[in-house]
Amino acid sequence: MTTTGVWLTRSGDETEALGAEQLGSSPKEGAPCRVVTLSGDLGAGKSTFARGVLRALGARGNLKSPSYTLLESYELPGVHVIHLDLYRLQDPDELENLGLADYHRPGHLWLVEWPERGAGRLPSADLGFVFSFADDAHRIERIEFVAPTK
Amino acid sequence: MRILALESSCDESAVAVYDDGDGLLSHEIYSQIDLHRIYGGVVPELASRDHVRHLLPLVKTALADAKTSPADLDGIAYTAGPGLIGALLTGAALGRSLAFAWKVPAVAVHHLEGHLLAPLLESDPPPFPHLALLVSGGHTMLIDVAEPGRYAVLGETRDDAAGEAFDKSAKLLGLPYPGGPELAKLASGGRASRFAFPRPMLDRAGLEFSFSGLKTAVALAVKDQGREGGLAPETRADIAAGVQEAIVDTLIAKTLRALEQTGYDALVVAGGVGANRLLRERLAAAVARQGARVHYPRIEFCTDNAAMIAVAGMARLKAGKTESPAIRARAQWPLSELST
Repeated sequence: MTTTGVWLTRSGDETEALGAEQLGSSPKEGAPCRVVTLSGDLGAGKSTFARGVLRALGARGNLKSPSYTLLESYELPGVHVIHLDLYRLQDPDELENLGLADYHRPGHLWLVEWPERGAGRLPSADLGFVFSFADDAHRIERIEFVAPTK
Repeated sequence: MRILALESSCDESAVAVYDDGDGLLSHEIYSQIDLHRIYGGVVPELASRDHVRHLLPLVKTALADAKTSPADLDGIAYTAGPGLIGALLTGAALGRSLAFAWKVPAVAVHHLEGHLLAPLLESDPPPFPHLALLVSGGHTMLIDVAEPGRYAVLGETRDDAAGEAFDKSAKLLGLPYPGGPELAKLASGGRASRFAFPRPMLDRAGLEFSFSGLKTAVALAVKDQGREGGLAPETRADIAAGVQEAIVDTLIAKTLRALEQTGYDALVVAGGVGANRLLRERLAAAVARQGARVHYPRIEFCTDNAAMIAVAGMARLKAGKTESPAIRARAQWPLSELST
């Protein structure tokens, strides 16, 4: 696990812009599924960051919070984004109920909020962003996970 | 005509029997809220497992209470979406199968249409056309209801739902699940003026909502005020009051704008947040000043229930909108895709 970047954002717009910069370009054709975790407390900026990513990838209209539905799926030009919010999950086994395996394929990008609630049942993450409060700003740290040996 | 209806899209397992002549004959609900309170959140897989365990006994009870035998039924309605897929499939599988076994049509109902038509169960139903404000944990929408089956979404939330803002703010204040009613209780002893929380989109034209910024503002206030040894009780109450005020203000301002825009003189408020007392009091007064009237379902039909699914199912059954033998449910189902 290596930290590969730390940012401070001072507004929702700045957080969205960072999301767009970090994950806003479509994967190459046939690229493997990419799993990105977004961790941090309520209100720390995870959903705003995800919104920036989705907008940059071409999502239009309202981008509703997946908190109630647990999962929102976006078939965008060049990439299929799965936005998960596992906040309401109590037991990782409940993930079986969402049919997530169907989305773990090439050309997909997963944005997973509250990944710890799905521990052991989620595919291993490629990349993570950790959100926290720093005085009047949001602190966002980028973490590369070492790929597990296959 | 008489139908049996099943609801199992999220937390609640519910069954009702409804007759277009005799009205609502029975409605049963098995709440999993107590179970969830222990865990501090909705437990989807557990919820769907419990639907399996509770729906069939509820069907038996609802039929017995309604003095109705399967042979008296003209159809079976069930919530086919949107919601948690595992939970939806439980109700859809049971509803579709019972219809097959009892040789009556099956009717797939859109959960939101149920909420929209719930006020038709009251003795003083709203006239058509009317405006509907649908506010719950998953939705915040203003809808032009031309007639049953014809809906146009005028505005909705760009991000979090109003009920979600209530629930997450409650969580930030350390309240148990479900947080909305608890937050309202806490707010009644607080001063709404102490914290000026954002009212996003209020200054902009249009009928869209946004509540995600509110959550961030509450998180910051909680953190800021709790710096020295946690939140003082009066500060918690003041934050709760400020949150409630911000949400209610926003809902009312947009609703009045929509009434003006449509020129309608009837408003339906549906969904769990519609039970909020401050919202009810302020909305009644504000809407009356505009020469319109507010219609609510009774409190128990604001939240998820099967009576509303029965009403919506009856309308669809009469319109001949019945299902093939396949068992289908949709986790995501925009209201605009509801075929009429």
